[in-house]
Amino acid sequence: MSQAVAQYETPYVQILDENGNVTNPDLLPSLSDEQLRELMKRMVFTRIWDQRAIKLSRQGRLGFYAPVAGQEASMIGCEFATQKEDFLLPGYRDIPQCYFHGYPLHQLFLYSRGHQLGGKVPEGVNCMLPQIIIGAQIVQTPGVALAFKLRGEKRVAITFTGDGGTSQGDFYEGMNFAGAMNLPAVFFVQNNQYAISVPRELQTRAKTLAQKAVAAGIPGVQVDGMDVLAVYHVTHEAVERARAGEGPTMIEAVTFRYGPHTMSGDDPTRYRTKETQEEWERKDPLIRFRKYLESKGIWSESEEQAYIEEAKEIVNQALKQADEAEKMTVADLIDTMFAEPTQTLKRQRAEITGEGAN
Amino acid sequence: MAQMTMIQAITHALDLELARDERVLVFGEDVGNNGGVFRATEGLQKKYGADRVFDTPLAESGIIGLANGLAIQGFRPVPEIQFFGFVFEAFDQIAGQLARTRYRSGGRYTAPVTIRSPFGGGVHTPEMHADSLEGLFVQTPGIKVVIPSNPYEAKGLLLAAIRDPDPVIFLEHMKLYRSFRQEVPEDDYTIPLGVANVVREGKDATVIAYGAMVSVAQKAAEQWSKEKGFEAEVIDLRTISPIDIDTIVKSIQKTNRAIVVQEAQRSAGAAAEIVAQINEQAIYHLEAPVLRATPPDTVYPFGMIEDEWLPTPQYVVDTLNKVMTL
Repeated sequence: MSQAVAQYETPYVQILDENGNVTNPDLLPSLSDEQLRELMKRMVFTRIWDQRAIKLSRQGRLGFYAPVAGQEASMIGCEFATQKEDFLLPGYRDIPQCYFHGYPLHQLFLYSRGHQLGGKVPEGVNCMLPQIIIGAQIVQTPGVALAFKLRGEKRVAITFTGDGGTSQGDFYEGMNFAGAMNLPAVFFVQNNQYAISVPRELQTRAKTLAQKAVAAGIPGVQVDGMDVLAVYHVTHEAVERARAGEGPTMIEAVTFRYGPHTMSGDDPTRYRTKETQEEWERKDPLIRFRKYLESKGIWSESEEQAYIEEAKEIVNQALKQADEAEKMTVADLIDTMFAEPTQTLKRQRAEITGEGAN
Repeated sequence: MAQMTMIQAITHALDLELARDERVLVFGEDVGNNGGVFRATEGLQKKYGADRVFDTPLAESGIIGLANGLAIQGFRPVPEIQFFGFVFEAFDQIAGQLARTRYRSGGRYTAPVTIRSPFGGGVHTPEMHADSLEGLFVQTPGIKVVIPSNPYEAKGLLLAAIRDPDPVIFLEHMKLYRSFRQEVPEDDYTIPLGVANVVREGKDATVIAYGAMVSVAQKAAEQWSKEKGFEAEVIDLRTISPIDIDTIVKSIQKTNRAIVVQEAQRSAGAAAEIVAQINEQAIYHLEAPVLRATPPDTVYPFGMIEDEWLPTPQYVVDTLNKVMTL
């Protein structure tokens, strides 16, 4: 005879269904009409930004870009649940969260283009520059959270990765450190179904990604990642739990990326069908939230049109500002290797600039 | 002044810095209650509390990631990798992350982290504990590599490393931990990073070494003097990244001959870089090619054959004799 020594369940949270109907009224967040409209505006902005970024990328004016359409509810809903003093550790697709947390858009353009200024996050903006190595930011998150805990600050570290990222050892190490040390951290996974081309079911035999939290002894919750209210609700709970000293949480947002992995030659038709794509597009985060807001009488098509124009203008201004950035030099790169260049680097710098060596 | 082993000098330096700078945190596997497997952190948790000196879960990438996150929030972490042979587990967090923090962020974020780790061999540990992987980090831009050769140096260099505004790998040779004692002042002193030390003056050849190979080189120099009447100048590099090429060149201008003694395998390591820099800056002062006295390019050896694999004073003397006759 055996007996269970521990039992777990993985909750799934949805508040709005595909048609914008409230399926879980008990969980409706207490947001003002203005805040609800703000969520919609941010999702509209993100969709417009994405379309513009894809175009710019095709024209060779952006460089590296990882499309976000389809994931707006996940990205906007979770960031909206944080405070400005909370610290974000993003991956390369998490540009919308960075932007709405205060990272200037023109610098995000510069980051995409491969300009050093892109990563120079302004003082007072609580965000790390985007991470490229899958999962590397996840083991850094407990460090940021421990700093807050040691200083007695009521702040939270929140990090983002994708379904592929949960296969990395660093994903477990990061959650485990945060759990073992009871740190104010949130691990937010956007399960967009594909790690480049590899489908979610090839990543793990686990039924959900959220259940990976169980092994680290922290709560894990799965949320409808196309439902901005549900994402906001679960993230808000996780962030406020962390802030109250009750420890970390892992969230799996089930979502979908409409576009390619990046604009560097990925062709999604090689690994997913038109039917799959259409199935997810019916769950679109903007459509369902628009319906919900319209049913409450706080959103209209003309309003959305006006806001689209505004969003385009913001993007244009940022692009202009990015174009004005000073050209980098190799000497500049040498100067940012250390606080004081080593003797070796000083010599190498002089070789490049032709200025007096030694 | 007190007589200290190198491990005592390291504990003493950590103690001083924990007292002086509240941003300093010491952590890793077994470093808290147990005081470290070599006792480098003995008594520090008791003195400074478990908030500042603590045990972590057993995961090297997690440990260095923790240091990275703390550093970008203004702390000065001093994590320990229990044996440097385990560093591969943390390679991305060191070479891919820490070493690039300042550069990637245009100076907005920095990583004043000092990674301490026992390395090298000669104490018959299980395989993959002993290793000389320092060369990997000589090739890693953005991180300094410091290797003390005795207790006095260990204290001054460790204090300088922790106070450095950029990441440092501080490698402590296991054989040096308790092999001898030395006078170590109890007051605060630092030894600047990137400045080599001439530990024996001589006019006939220059011997460049670091870590445990410094005393091997010194023994060889004494033997050479007795046997042949030649005087070798011995340089303790102290840091192998950056390399203090000026001190090396100055010595070669006098001796016109040089060898590099290195415990790590021969190819593409610190010794190779030293030879390359000598080639660039001092070739016209040389009477003979610069030779390397190193083990062959095998994996770090099994415990039972370490003593045959590692460079000995006799091997260094033989190499010196070679550069005199070339």
